[in-house]
Parts: sequence; structure tokens; C-alpha cells
Amino acid sequence: MTLPVDTILVIVILTGFLILGTARLITAIRLSAIQGVCIGLLPVAASGGGTSVRVLLLGLAIVILKGVVFPRLLRRAIRESRTSGEMQPYVGITASVITGILALVAAFWLDARMDFLPDSHGLVAPTAFFTIITGLFLIVARKLAITQVIGYLILENGIYVFGLAIALEVPVIVELGVLLDMFVAVFVMGIAIFRINREFNHMDSDQLRNLKG
Amino acid sequence: MIWLVASFGVFFAGAVLSMLLPRRTLRWFGPLASALGAGLGLVPVVMALGPGGDLSWDRGWSMPLGAFRFGMDPLSAWFAGAILLLTTLAALYASGYLRDAEERKDTGVFWFHYLLLTASMLAVVTARNGILFLLAWESMALTSFFLVIFDHEDGAVRRAGWIYLIATHIGTAFVLFLFALLGRHSGSLDFAGFFAIARHREVASVVFVLAVLGFGTKAGFMPLHVWLPEAHPAAPSPVSAVLSGVMIKTGVYGLLRVLTFLGTPPAWWGWMLVAVGAASGVLGVLFALAQHDLKRLLAFSSVENVGVITLGLGVGLLGVTHRDPIMALLGFSGAALHVLNHAIFKGLLFLGAGAVVHACHVRDLEELGGLQKRMPVTGTTFLIGSAAISGLPPFNGFVSEFLIYVGAFAGIIGSTGTATLSGAVVTVAALALIGGLALACFTKAFGVMFLGEPRSAHAAHAHEVGGAMRLPMVTLAALCLLLGLGGPFLLPLLASVTAPVTGLPASIAATVVRETPALQILWKVTAATGGLVVLALLLGAWRAHLLGGRTIGATGTWDCGYVAPTARMQYTASSFADPIIRMFGAFLGTRSRLSRPDGLFPEGGHFASDTPDVSSERLYAPLFARLEEVMARIRLLQHGLLHLYILMIVLSLLGLLFWKLG
Repeated sequence: MTLPVDTILVIVILTGFLILGTARLITAIRLSAIQGVCIGLLPVAASGGGTSVRVLLLGLAIVILKGVVFPRLLRRAIRESRTSGEMQPYVGITASVITGILALVAAFWLDARMDFLPDSHGLVAPTAFFTIITGLFLIVARKLAITQVIGYLILENGIYVFGLAIALEVPVIVELGVLLDMFVAVFVMGIAIFRINREFNHMDSDQLRNLKG
Repeated sequence: MIWLVASFGVFFAGAVLSMLLPRRTLRWFGPLASALGAGLGLVPVVMALGPGGDLSWDRGWSMPLGAFRFGMDPLSAWFAGAILLLTTLAALYASGYLRDAEERKDTGVFWFHYLLLTASMLAVVTARNGILFLLAWESMALTSFFLVIFDHEDGAVRRAGWIYLIATHIGTAFVLFLFALLGRHSGSLDFAGFFAIARHREVASVVFVLAVLGFGTKAGFMPLHVWLPEAHPAAPSPVSAVLSGVMIKTGVYGLLRVLTFLGTPPAWWGWMLVAVGAASGVLGVLFALAQHDLKRLLAFSSVENVGVITLGLGVGLLGVTHRDPIMALLGFSGAALHVLNHAIFKGLLFLGAGAVVHACHVRDLEELGGLQKRMPVTGTTFLIGSAAISGLPPFNGFVSEFLIYVGAFAGIIGSTGTATLSGAVVTVAALALIGGLALACFTKAFGVMFLGEPRSAHAAHAHEVGGAMRLPMVTLAALCLLLGLGGPFLLPLLASVTAPVTGLPASIAATVVRETPALQILWKVTAATGGLVVLALLLGAWRAHLLGGRTIGATGTWDCGYVAPTARMQYTASSFADPIIRMFGAFLGTRSRLSRPDGLFPEGGHFASDTPDVSSERLYAPLFARLEEVMARIRLLQHGLLHLYILMIVLSLLGLLFWKLG
């Protein structure tokens, strides 16, 4: 792959590590925004000189949604829920970063095993796996509902990159469908968190167990 | 076969429409839809039983391994005929029965499930594809569950519904496994390919045992019968009639159908069925005798009759194993005829019980009595049903039990080995015991309910039920007599019905039918009882003639010269049954509480007895308690922690990925 693509992929991996390593919610949101912008630029960079209007528009939509709209929604949710702004991890920061390293190793191992992928995709598939695992890890290892939304966003980024590894020209309708999906999901989660917070005065998802009969 | 498809169409359309129509319209719409569907469905039944031979209808289906493949051979037609006949009559009855409930219940729900239940039973006996069969089987279980809990406001009814739902699904689990095995060895789930299993003897034996367990749960073999005495009393009476009369017979059908795939049976299969049949029959009638609740009594009696049917199947199987054509033909024919007969007289008895409940609002025998004067039609038809179920000539129960007797005696006389001999002896002994006990049981039921004086105000204020409810009972009673007299004509038909299981070619079957002593005896019985019936009618006419124009006095029953007799001086249901129950006390576990009146001026005494179902108390209750204990450990997984749930999902997904790639 070309230099710009590799650069972007490396930035994606690095933001992944940074999110694992941060203790502040606001930083995590910012980092996820950066990662989202990178993801949006990826297809544009990958298509090189012959960028079609379609790819350009798609990239723009992703950048706006993931770089501007989602972070705003999330920040608003934090503000209105009056949390301390900390991540409240189950798994400590150091352990999380080490997990990230293991995830990266696993991602490269998986990539080597997947012989059905097209050749010369370079870093794309390992980045995708790493990002997916990071997203899932965030969902599992952080207490607040809002970090689960962030984890979900990162998971989706990984899936998107993986789609790129399989076929550069993802049918636009599929991509738009995914975007719409995400938009609705984040929107709903934002509202749900807000409501949960108002009803129960907290948004610890581990307290959901009190609902168990 | 287009008729069959049209019949399904009518049932489905009727079901949907009954949810939309107003309740007053449903009074005639429900029975009409049922009758119309049954009329259409009976055309292929008659064609298949007559010279038409086998019919089939085939369409593809997008379901994997599934196909819309229906067939109608004489075996299917026999069961389908019983189903359509009884459901139509019970539908007519239900329209009268539900009239009181109309204001507080949505009768549309009833008719929706009733019509779908009929369609699914019809589909069960005509399906020729495993997936289709299972789908029909499940839809039959679900619709009948919803019918059982029609009065779901009552907690006891809901409990009965759950027991039924659990039992039926345990049965389905076995049936599912059975079809998986059959499909694995034939490569397809079409019935036509299942014959391949006959080559694998061990697998065929496993399939047979699965069929006995799975279909036996539906049919009510002891000790798999636990749901019957719970669900039948809980359901509305027309539904009890259908469940007990025909739905449990789909279990017998399933067993018979599977037997056609399995080739020559080893002797222990027949033995197993004889043992199961003897146990179900004898214990079923004993428990029936010990019950005070009318519908519970009838439910246990269904267990008994399924036992009789199973004895017939066992005799038939032993006959096939030892190449004894008389045994095979008469055993299976007796069983098949008893299926139809039981549908008729048990349907009749449940409808009669429903009429009594409708009129008196109680099911406890100890509160009834003297109803013959108040409900003459119900009483007379119930008497005919009782005589038929006890196997007395000239009614139909006699013919089928007689065929099984003759089959078993043929086994004793011409036996080639001890297996056949002992199996046949057990059958004869069990049938004799069952017959006697059934007679005692129904003497008790009829006598306590209809004779003597009312034991409570409920019974005293009873009145005869409406025409819509009387007509089905009268029809069924007439059928009891008709089939009883028509025994000799049925035998050739039964030979063709049972041909797939007996494996006898038509010519040999015809010879056996001609040569068997059963036919000659049946002819004599028909002639003699036909003569008796005519004589009775003549005597009745003479009596009417003699009494014409004279004054007829009436006086209290059980007067015995006392000035003020009370209803409490009569035999009660429990005192009537007590000697027999004591004799078999070891099997029954009847509990009684007695507080004697004592002192010089005794004031109060009290006696109560009840006979709970032993197998549900001693077998299932501890079994399920133990199971729950084990399963409770798995509840650790349900901790309520969202993060751990997701972690489990992630780990299993990753595990699968690494396993696949590693």
C-alpha cells in the first residue's frame, strides 16, 4: 500500500493505544474523533489520484459524523450526566495497554492465517482486527455506559477498515446503511444514557444487575 | 388430494375469520367452518379407504430439507376420518357450550385455536415429510395448549397448562431426535426414504424406543401420562373430548407410522408394547376408579384405553415377528378399531361430562346424583357410552377388544415359542382385568351421577342442556351402537388399514379375514344383539301401548319405606369403589383421613380420601427437584453483569475464530 494509507493506519493503531491508556472520558472522545476522521480519509487516500466524487462524498460524510456529530453528542451526554469525567475502568490502565499489545500480536497472527484475503493489503487487515478487539475490550472493561458507546464506535471503525481490506470499492449503499445504523445507534444510546442517568442518578451499567429478578 | 388442500384452506381461513367476526356470529360460524373443512377433508379419506388407493400431493418448500408432501393411504385415512368426525361433532357441541361464556370470554380465540388444532391434527396424519410432520406436531401441541388454558383466570388451569406444555415438549424432543436419526440414515427427511433404516438393526431398535417414548408421551403411556389427568379436567369439555378422543391418538398414529419404516421387528419390541399396554391399561383403570372428579376419572380412563390399544399393537407386533398372520392382523386391527371406538365413546363421555358440569357447575361425583330424571338425554347417552367403554356388546368397544382377544388366543393356540405364548397370555389376562375394572369404574360413574337422589343443591337444580349439545351426544351414542353391530363388515376394511404394518399382501389378508374364528363369532354376536335390540324396541312399544291412557304414578327413589329419606343414605362414589381400591391399595397409594364420631352423644364425623397420581408424586416431583438442583449451578452464568455477558460473547467469538484458523 501507499505511504499515506500506511500513515493513516499507523495513526489509527496509535489512537487505539491512546484510548486504552487514557483515564479521562473527554480525551477518549477526542481520540475516537481523531480515529473517525482518519477512517473517513482512508478510502480517499487509498484510491490515490483517481478519487471519484462518490468516494469523496462518502469520506466527507464519515468525517462529519465521526469527527463532529458523534463527539458532540457524547460530550453533551457527559455534561448533562455530571460524571466525574473519569473512565472508571474494571481493568487498570497499564493492564489495558498490555492487552492492547497482545491484541496487536493476535491481529498480526490472524492476518497471517487468513489466506483468503487479497495479497499486498499490508497493514489494513491487522489494523482492522486490532481496532475491533480494542473496541470490544473497551465495551467489556469500562464501567460507564458512555464508554461502551465509544467502544462501539471504535468497533465499527475496525469493521469498516476490514471491509476496505476485502474490497476497496465498498458498495455505497452498504456503507450508507452502516452509517445510518451507527447514527441511530449513537443517538439512541445517547438518549438512553441521559434517561438512565435522570432516573437512577448514575450511569454505571453494572448497576443494571439490580434489575435482575 | 386437492380436496385435502381445500380443507386446510377452509380451516385456516375460518381460523383467521373467527378472530374478526362478532361473538354472536361465531355461534354458527365456528361449527360451520369446522363442518365444511371436515366435509372437504372426508372426500380423500373415503377415496383412500375405498378403491381409490393411495393419494399424494407434492409441492416444494423453501424450508431446508422440508417439502409440502402430503399423502393419504388407508392408515392415514383411518385416523383422519376419526379426527374429522369427532371435531365436527365437538364443534357443534362447543357452540352451545360456549354460549354462557360469551359475555366474559372472547370465543374468537377459542375458535381460532380449535380450527387450527383440527387442521394440524389432519396435517400430522397426512404429512409425508419429517419437517412438515414436526411443524404440524408442534402447532398441534401449541393450539391445544391454548385451548386447555381457555379458562386461564383459574390458577389451577394455568398450572395444568404448564404441565401439559412441558410434557408435550419433552415428547417432542424424543420425536425430533427420532427424525434426525431416520434422516441421517436415509439422507432425506421424506418418509419415502426412511425405509432404508430397516437394514440397520441396532439403529432401528433405537428409533423404536424413541418412538415409544416420544409418541407415548402424547398418547399417555404409563408413566408418561402425567399430563392427561391434569390437562383434560382443566380444558373446556368439548376440548377435552377432542384431546382425549383424537389428539392423543396421533401418538398411536406416529408409532404405527414409524413401525412401517422399521422392517421385521425383534420379539422384544412386541413384548415391550404388551408390557407398556398392560401397565397403562390396568393402572389407568385403577386410578380412574379411585377418582372423585368426573373429568379426572375420564382422563385416567383414556390412559386405560390407550393401554388397550397398545396391547393390540403388541399382539400385532408379536404376530409379525413370528409370522402368525392371524395374530398380526387381529392385533393391529383391534388396535386400529379401538382408536376409532375410543374416539367415539370417550368423546361421548366427555361431552356428557361437559353437559353435567354445564348444568350443575360441579365436577365432584359426591355432589351429583339423580340426574337421570333431570337430564334424560345426557343420562341415556352417557349410559350407552359407559357400556361401550366397558367393552359390552352390542356396542363398539366390545368389537375392538374382542378382536385383540382373538388375536391373543390365536397366539396361545398356535404359539411357536415361549415369547409369543407369554406375551399373549399377559395380554389376555390384562384385558380381562381391565374389562372388569372398567365396568366397575363406569358403573360407579353412571350410578352415582345419574341414579339415586341429588347429593347437593347443584344437582337438584340441574336441567337438560340445549339442542346443540344434545345432538352430538345422540349422534355419538348411535355410532356406538352402529359400529358395534357392524363389526363383521369392518374387518376387511381394517385389513387394508393395517396392511402397511402387518406386511400382509391383500390376498393373504383376505384369506385370514375369511378363515378367522373372529368373523363367525362377530356375525353371531351381531345377529343375536341385533335381534335383542329389535326385541327391546318391540317390548318398549308394547309397554307404551299398554300404558297408553292410564294414569302413571311417580314416587321418590330410594324410599325404602322410610318417611324422610335423605340423600346421605345412598352409596357414595368412594364407598362404592372402596372394596376394589383396598384390594389394589399397594398400587394406588390412596390417602384417607377419618375422624370417627365418638362419645355417647356423637356430634361430628368426617371422612375424606384422595388418590393422587403416584408417578407424578413419586417419580417426576423428585426427578425435577433433583434436576433443578443441578441446573441451579448453571445459573451462575446469569449474574446480571452486562460487561461479563459481552465478555462471554467476545471470548466465544474469538475462540471460534482462533479455532477455525489455528
